[in-house]
Amino acid sequence: MTTLVRGARGGVRPGHYYGHGLPSPESHTGPGRIIAIEGTDGVGRSTQVRLLREWLEVRGYGVVETGLAHSRLMERSIQIAKSSNTLNPLTFVLLYACDFADRMEKEIIPALSAGFIVIADRYIYTAIARACVRGVDSQWLRRLYGFALAPHLVFYLKIDADTLVKRVLDNGGISYWESGMDMKFGDDIFDNFRTYQRRLLRTYAAMAKEFDFRVIDGRVPIDTIQEQLQRQVGTFLDAQPSTMDPELRSCG
Amino acid sequence: MLDTLATPHGYPGRLIVVEGIDGSGKTTQLRLLAKWLAATGHRVSMTEWNSSALVRTAVRTGKRKNVLTPTTFSLLHATDFADRQLYKIIPPLKAGMAVLADRYAYTAFARDVARGVNRQWVRDLYSFAVRPDLVVYFRVSVDVALERLIARQVKLKFHEAGMDMGWSQNAPESFQLFQTKVLDEYQHIVGEHELQVIDANEGITDQQRMFRELVSQHLERSRE
Repeated sequence: MTTLVRGARGGVRPGHYYGHGLPSPESHTGPGRIIAIEGTDGVGRSTQVRLLREWLEVRGYGVVETGLAHSRLMERSIQIAKSSNTLNPLTFVLLYACDFADRMEKEIIPALSAGFIVIADRYIYTAIARACVRGVDSQWLRRLYGFALAPHLVFYLKIDADTLVKRVLDNGGISYWESGMDMKFGDDIFDNFRTYQRRLLRTYAAMAKEFDFRVIDGRVPIDTIQEQLQRQVGTFLDAQPSTMDPELRSCG
Repeated sequence: MLDTLATPHGYPGRLIVVEGIDGSGKTTQLRLLAKWLAATGHRVSMTEWNSSALVRTAVRTGKRKNVLTPTTFSLLHATDFADRQLYKIIPPLKAGMAVLADRYAYTAFARDVARGVNRQWVRDLYSFAVRPDLVVYFRVSVDVALERLIARQVKLKFHEAGMDMGWSQNAPESFQLFQTKVLDEYQHIVGEHELQVIDANEGITDQQRMFRELVSQHLERSRE
């Protein structure tokens, strides 16, 4: 029996599969690194990803970004499905798993082998959290995503539902899916948003230890968050073996 | 973890599944069974592997451009199955109908594993599937299956011949290599999931007689 999903502390090392992995390769121990940035919609993830990428590239690291639902294979299908109103929690999570598998095999693994730092604007944890909130078996979800390589760093931008709702309203308003309208709590989108996000945030919190999240307060100013990210990423990269461009590092 | 595939369902309807490789004749057999069931007063509902609209776009582009990997191939079919289970399998079962499924999770267990997907992973993946009341596996040799397909002048399908695996550029040869592995996997599944085996090298009418016998026995048992 192969190791099933456990947190990084529980035995799955970065670059190894959480569970039953892909047919090939068996693990990834090459020069590349995966940095995942997680957090609910509206927490400011994408801004942080953009700034972190810029900072890494200035330091001379090759960076590849990968984002939820942006695989070549599934992007269009997911868009169609989300607008068609026929999805249930299970088909929803399977579409996203397929999207992730396509990116794992076609983007992430090739980039790692070529020595890039892969920044994932959400990895598998958001998909797992959303499905958990919708009642999908949590053990099943972990086995499903067994083909995901454990990232080297996972940052979780933490926020509370009340701060989040104000921020989302300032930035263009609440969307159907972010307020869990498919869960049919009721007709009031504001109340639903808070109820749904509270449940989602509780689920993320419960996953933090298992998946070795580095928690960062998402309520502080953008620059403050970015400084913390850079400090932690910098410390991590400085400790990596020489495969990560020693010459560049000595210049920095 | 919830494993409904291992637990009898409590619906009033009956779920009957046919399995077998391409060219085994299982679709012909299922159609004949449907005629008979309808003629004997059963309400019948049919569902076919890989037929939901939900993933059609992705499967089509994926196949056409040959960008599917064993894992994405497997996940797309699981998505299709989950969608059909929700709309095409559970509702007629709740309504007390006879649901006839042309291929089921066992197809994934055989084909995906033949492509190198982990055996346990694909079984865990489909653990949400409703357990069928009867699964009939039409066992045929690869040579006979291939002869039938060629005689029908069917062009061997790229994925059905396993040509995505790159084992051979020659379609019949690739079909033989790939389907031999699929048959080996089915062989494991027969014992694991109590599949009823019908020798699909026999004539159509003989097979149908055996199939109907199996189904009657089952229907009688479930009436007791």
